[in-house]
Amino acid sequence: MSLLPIAASATGVDSGDTAWMLVATALVLMMTPALGLFYAGLVRSKNTLNTFMMCIAAIAIAMVTWALVGYSLAFDGTGSLIGGLGYVGLHGVDFLPREGTTIPHLVFMAFQATFCIITTALVSGAVVERMRFGAFLIFAALWSVLVYAVLAHWAFGGGWLANGGTLDFAGGIPVEMGSGFSALAAALVVGSRKDYGRLALLPHNAVYVLLGAGMLWFGWFGFNGGSGFSTGGPSVLAFTNTLLTPACALLTWFVLDLIRGRKVTAIGAATAIIVGCVLITPAGGFISPGWAMALGFLGALPCYAVIVWRPRTRVDETLDVLAAHGIAGFTGILFIGFFASVAWNGVSDGLFYGNAAQLWDQALGALAGPAYAFGMTFVLLKLIGLFTPLRASEHEEALGLDTTYHGEEAYVTGEGAILVAPPDGDEVEIPVASVN
Amino acid sequence: MKMVVGIVRPEKANDVLEALYRADVRGVSLSRVQGHGGELERVETYRGTTVKMGLSEKVRFEIAVSDDFVQATVDALCEGARTGEVGDGKIFVLDLDRAVRIRTGETDHGAVTPVD
Repeated sequence: MSLLPIAASATGVDSGDTAWMLVATALVLMMTPALGLFYAGLVRSKNTLNTFMMCIAAIAIAMVTWALVGYSLAFDGTGSLIGGLGYVGLHGVDFLPREGTTIPHLVFMAFQATFCIITTALVSGAVVERMRFGAFLIFAALWSVLVYAVLAHWAFGGGWLANGGTLDFAGGIPVEMGSGFSALAAALVVGSRKDYGRLALLPHNAVYVLLGAGMLWFGWFGFNGGSGFSTGGPSVLAFTNTLLTPACALLTWFVLDLIRGRKVTAIGAATAIIVGCVLITPAGGFISPGWAMALGFLGALPCYAVIVWRPRTRVDETLDVLAAHGIAGFTGILFIGFFASVAWNGVSDGLFYGNAAQLWDQALGALAGPAYAFGMTFVLLKLIGLFTPLRASEHEEALGLDTTYHGEEAYVTGEGAILVAPPDGDEVEIPVASVN
Repeated sequence: MKMVVGIVRPEKANDVLEALYRADVRGVSLSRVQGHGGELERVETYRGTTVKMGLSEKVRFEIAVSDDFVQATVDALCEGARTGEVGDGKIFVLDLDRAVRIRTGETDHGAVTPVD
């Protein structure tokens, strides 16, 4: 971007749009701790903190890499495969409106940063309970730049998919398929947990899972509702569709659960909320509310099938990021190709409304995104594995990663604990029972 | 008739259950306990508070068996629970005075023998 257009649009900041985008950014940031809670509930209690910390670490790592290079590679210029280096270190990202929007460039960058953060955190779901924390930090740093920023450029930043007409409202390609298919690659490279397929490795707190899903849904209104970068029609449509699609996905999940096991499960419901939100992510601003409801009903089916099928395989893609994000993102991206409606989005029709070309553009994105995410993540982890072990030792895995990597326990009792060097006192060397 | 008490690592509890099952030992109770058996203490830090955790999570098996099954039970516990590191646990074999199966009122040998 040259200096001239910036100067020309210097007065183009809209206060209403900016106010909403500030709120939306905060909402999306909240999704990452919410995801931590969701994931933490799904693992065994001895890995609660490690699982949560992978998400928290994604905030620390991906925010910094985003500010240093990620944002620039994703959003500087219209290079076909990758952006430029003009915004490295946030150089030139200021109060002037971002080209094509009515919000300050700083707010645009911050909003996009929260996407990079949650996507990086999402991938951790594939490798919880056995990946070394240090190796994950290295992986997160490289992945957030080499995979996320590249896919974000393709889909949002003026790369070949965006230029070619592939529609992706809020990140079906970089966020959902990017994380989902990377998760599959990560699970294959890191390998399954020691006891996978042998012991019942069950969620230790279903309430965390439900609460996390609820908070994710709340945050998702910023995620989808903010992806129009304004308070205009597309944002309003995406916001409302974010209410409709997950509700329909939930209902479908209830029915599928009833057919399969004669009981409606709580963890299934939490999963359905995520699936519904993911389904509408790419399509939010492009399809009518009616089709958004249909997307919830229909899109839940393939995701449910993969969630039932995956644990019967040898692939320990532990928290089903592939099913809930990869497959749902894929479905949502394709759905645009069928049911996008120019009457609602002002951009393009889908096949159903007589524009078959849109379906081809969508199919291109639905294939290219996963292929790049899977391939690059696979290579990246193999390379990291040459320099440092990716996995905890068998003993550490058995002990739990909370004590191994964080020196803390989620449900510590303090029984028998001895204070080390209390201030102004002699060390108490007698174990103290504090049963209460 | 003996009561076999085995205190093992929680992560080995499933291996023990498997070994007991293979040895045809069926009646088992287990509970989570906190214990200390000479292993190194873990140091944990919560903000400014650093503590040595003197007690570790253990699982205690209690298995009442007839005399014929004592050795098989002890072997199964050893086989299932051993890692070779300090902290693998202990097995205690105690005399058992009486046993009653509540449902039928059977006593002693009948009470500790599984129903076929």
